[in-house]
Amino acid sequence: MIRFEHVTKRFGDKLVLDDVSCEIQAGETFVIVGLSGAGKSVSIRHMVRLLTPEQGRVWVGDDCISEATGRPLERILARFGVLFQGAALLQWLNVEDNVCLPLRQKTRLPDAEIRQRAADMLRLVGLEGVGDRMPADISGGMRKRVGLARAIVTQPEIILYDEPTSGLDPMISRQIDLLIDDLRRRLGVTSVVVTHDLYSALQIGSRVAMLHEGRFVVCAPPEEFIASPHPVVRNFLRAQGIVTLQDVHQAFAK
Amino acid sequence: MITREQQYYDPPVNAVAALGRGVIAACQGTGQALLMLLGALAYVPQAFTPRNRANVVTQLYTMGIKSLGVVTVVGLFTGMILAVQMGLGLELVKQERYVSTLVCNGILREMSPFMTGLILAASVGSAIAAQLGTMTVSEEIAALDVMGVSPLRYLMMPRLVGLVVMAPLLTIYMDVLGLLGGAIVAATMLGVAPETYYDGLFEFTYNKDFYVGLVKAVVFALIIVSVSCYQGFRTQEGAVGVGRATRRSVIVSFLLILTLGYFVTRLWYS
Ligand SMILES: Nc1ncnc2c1ncn2[C@@H]1O[C@H](COP(=O)(O)OP(=O)(O)O)[C@@H](O)[C@H]1O
Ligand SMILES: [Mg+2]
Repeated sequence: MIRFEHVTKRFGDKLVLDDVSCEIQAGETFVIVGLSGAGKSVSIRHMVRLLTPEQGRVWVGDDCISEATGRPLERILARFGVLFQGAALLQWLNVEDNVCLPLRQKTRLPDAEIRQRAADMLRLVGLEGVGDRMPADISGGMRKRVGLARAIVTQPEIILYDEPTSGLDPMISRQIDLLIDDLRRRLGVTSVVVTHDLYSALQIGSRVAMLHEGRFVVCAPPEEFIASPHPVVRNFLRAQGIVTLQDVHQAFAK
Repeated sequence: MITREQQYYDPPVNAVAALGRGVIAACQGTGQALLMLLGALAYVPQAFTPRNRANVVTQLYTMGIKSLGVVTVVGLFTGMILAVQMGLGLELVKQERYVSTLVCNGILREMSPFMTGLILAASVGSAIAAQLGTMTVSEEIAALDVMGVSPLRYLMMPRLVGLVVMAPLLTIYMDVLGLLGGAIVAATMLGVAPETYYDGLFEFTYNKDFYVGLVKAVVFALIIVSVSCYQGFRTQEGAVGVGRATRRSVIVSFLLILTLGYFVTRLWYS
């Protein structure tokens, strides 16, 4: 579905992505983990052309998004829903209007239906009844969930999540994880999730990729990932106290 | 998409290279700002379609109504200041009764579009740069781009319409107040009766003097909206960058208003 073909990206003389190649399959949940500043956001931004590779190409289905412009680019972007790291809500619109925005601007649906769908999405992310609050008046975690509602309200086939659960309390985090998993199961969406949280990575990911020094040093299903001998992965797992997949499932069962 | 990556270059090798790079950057900036302006102009026919109407009306309201107070004060005092200076000169040659003619020409052609332009650049222009800059650094512009909502249509076009409509209207309003201010000074300081003042007003004033002022107002509006939107959309580096974008947008608008205003005048009066 999304394919990186020898993608290299540099900012000045800082190499962030170093000849990365990988393919994300349709319908899978691909999780990218890595330290802060490893380039996780950068790799996600390449998928929606907020950044273009210095070398190499990024493909979405059969379209090369890193070289598309104009209408074709718009058509490719319409397949995506993106949750930004800081939620990126418009500050002068209330929560409901923020969620309605993509539908109001891109479709001709009647307003009643748009509001109905926005209300459904807000219920889905556990935010019923906050529709008329302003983004500045709600907590960071709530903003993020509003951003999530806005990303999925257009029913995209591909959803990119940049740290959907960081800054949320564990209860809500698990709820969001379940939501991501649910979207994949029910609607078959392809998801790319960036996270620090190995528990959610191993729980929801069909594959987990570790980004380190510009490369995916390990990219494997959870059970292989957890067994990987790679030192960076071992450190990461140890830091979060994970030894076996059972630990992860137990954390979720609670 | 408006969202652009920062360009990286090797540091310039010497002063000449640095100067050259500055010139190239200025040309690129001008070109990009003009392209944004053209892009936004292309959306103007859609200004009152359902999805844009609310934004356009909000901008018209904030730019027009919220500037009225300061425009009133500035207009009155500009007229009074002009009348005082002209009056002092005219007293020397005993021609005080022509004070209204001079004030009228000065106000209509030059002072009210110029002052309106400066007020709008300082208040509306800086607000645009700060708001769009904040949106850029918090990825809101990127989010709009990815949603397929063109920031040129959703954000720039309403501001363009707001300024291009409101700048001439505010200029006309300031014309009236400036002439009124002149009349006050004429009556209280120069001993020119209001009737005499009124008779002199349009004695040597032609339609041209009026519409050149309005042409200027429109030109200034275009300058302010393209400079401030451009600065806002290319803001980088967080809060510091927002401050820099705001400052630059005011300075560049001031300079362009001053210089282009002169050339517009020369175009009609040479
Ligand atoms: N637009 C940019 N300009 C310059 N450097 C950038 C830019 N975006 C990201 N970087 C750099 O790239 C590196 C990776 O950033 P990012 O992908 O945001 O990290 P993370 O993995 O925490 O999401 C960081 O060192 C950051 O400084
Ligand atoms: Mg990040």
